[in-house]
Amino acid sequence: MARQLKWQLGTVVEIRQETPNVKSLILDVPDWTTHLAGQHVDVRLTSEDGYQAQRSYSIGSPPEDTYLMLTVERIEDGEVSPYLVEELRAGDQIELRGPIGGYFVWDARDGKNDGSPLFLVAAGSGIVPLMAMIRHRANWENRVPTKLLYSSRSYEDVIYREELHEMSANDSSLRVIHTLTRQQPPNWISYRRRIDRAMLADTAWPQVEKPLAFTCGPTAVVEKVATELLELGYEPERIKTERFGPTGG
Amino acid sequence: MAETFISRGFKGRARETDRAIKERIPPGQYETKDFPVLSAGPTPRTSLERWDFSIYGEIAEDLKWTWDEFRKLPRETVTVDIHCVTKWSKLGTVWAGVSVDTLLESINLEAQPVIGNVIAFCDGGYTTNLPLADIRGGKAWVVDEYDGSPLAPEHGGPVRLLVPHLYFWKSAKWVRGFKLVREDRAGFWESVGYHNYGDPWKEQRYAGD
Repeated sequence: MARQLKWQLGTVVEIRQETPNVKSLILDVPDWTTHLAGQHVDVRLTSEDGYQAQRSYSIGSPPEDTYLMLTVERIEDGEVSPYLVEELRAGDQIELRGPIGGYFVWDARDGKNDGSPLFLVAAGSGIVPLMAMIRHRANWENRVPTKLLYSSRSYEDVIYREELHEMSANDSSLRVIHTLTRQQPPNWISYRRRIDRAMLADTAWPQVEKPLAFTCGPTAVVEKVATELLELGYEPERIKTERFGPTGG
Repeated sequence: MAETFISRGFKGRARETDRAIKERIPPGQYETKDFPVLSAGPTPRTSLERWDFSIYGEIAEDLKWTWDEFRKLPRETVTVDIHCVTKWSKLGTVWAGVSVDTLLESINLEAQPVIGNVIAFCDGGYTTNLPLADIRGGKAWVVDEYDGSPLAPEHGGPVRLLVPHLYFWKSAKWVRGFKLVREDRAGFWESVGYHNYGDPWKEQRYAGD
């Protein structure tokens, strides 16, 4: 029998405003063992009258970091995310357990991956588990050719924008391609529409390079990306998907 | 620790006061009116001409139904509550299809008590394991309609398994058959950290729960 994932207390060390709707919670979780890039945790909130609510959040930090980072988008009519984004302060504690999910993961260490190029496709806060992979890859100085196609509503809504920019500037094997679907700054030269077949055909590694694809975002986007990658000849078992809807909030 | 911790300033959403509804939501779950989609990879699309449903394993003769044959089997419509391990529950969902009892009818399972488990296998390579007893006795269906319409591919169409008393990952999408076996063997999610049985009322989400 496997050991149970115990509820643990994490203390908020820092809260980082990523975009108008998104914050990163930097948590000190003393009993945290380790995780794989791409995994998530369950967060549990308890009110004074004993009412509890649980939701899952992707881990944004790589396994090597001292602290655990959860990046949370505020869902308009959500129950847990408005608390995490608006109420929580440094010094507060939350209960969590994990890591959870052993399929949507990528390991940068030698011998733990097959060296195939990575094609990462994110929409909105779907970037979070992919960012854990990108950071993990950088920490290990792994240089598998990696492309991130990242769809956001506007420039201000791009989560981890500066960090992604710096990482790709310092690593010629990492390319970050943005598309801004609703609003673009003046002189924006990259894509300005939702992810579609033509965009994927332009950006995805050719199938002959045996790429490994991870895509995370709202259901409709992930369905679209996975279907189009199949059309481009990607093998179904090499397209890994993680979907969330507004109910994930 | 878990019993005493209180999240400072957390009030939660206005609580469901209807006791009848409250009692239908397992611990740690919340009610949703949406129908979220979760799967590990692309949605497989199999043409109905090539589709079949088969039962094999430690039985005298394998069984197989084509799509037309499957559609002619006696049908049932069921209204059930479903519970996803990712925390949402959806109450009063309406499905139509074939009871697993109907599919197993011609097999004399009582004569083969060694068969204790079933592996449901699916397009896309997904598998899930269940005790045979959990899909017999009016507890499981192979369904091809949701809410009066053909089951959409992203929700598991053309047919999915429906085992509402377990977490919904056990209700395998795109199911193509059952392998009847003696020994239990972990399926897809069960081998990457999820619970082997998955009873939502005991909150058996992950291995060790």
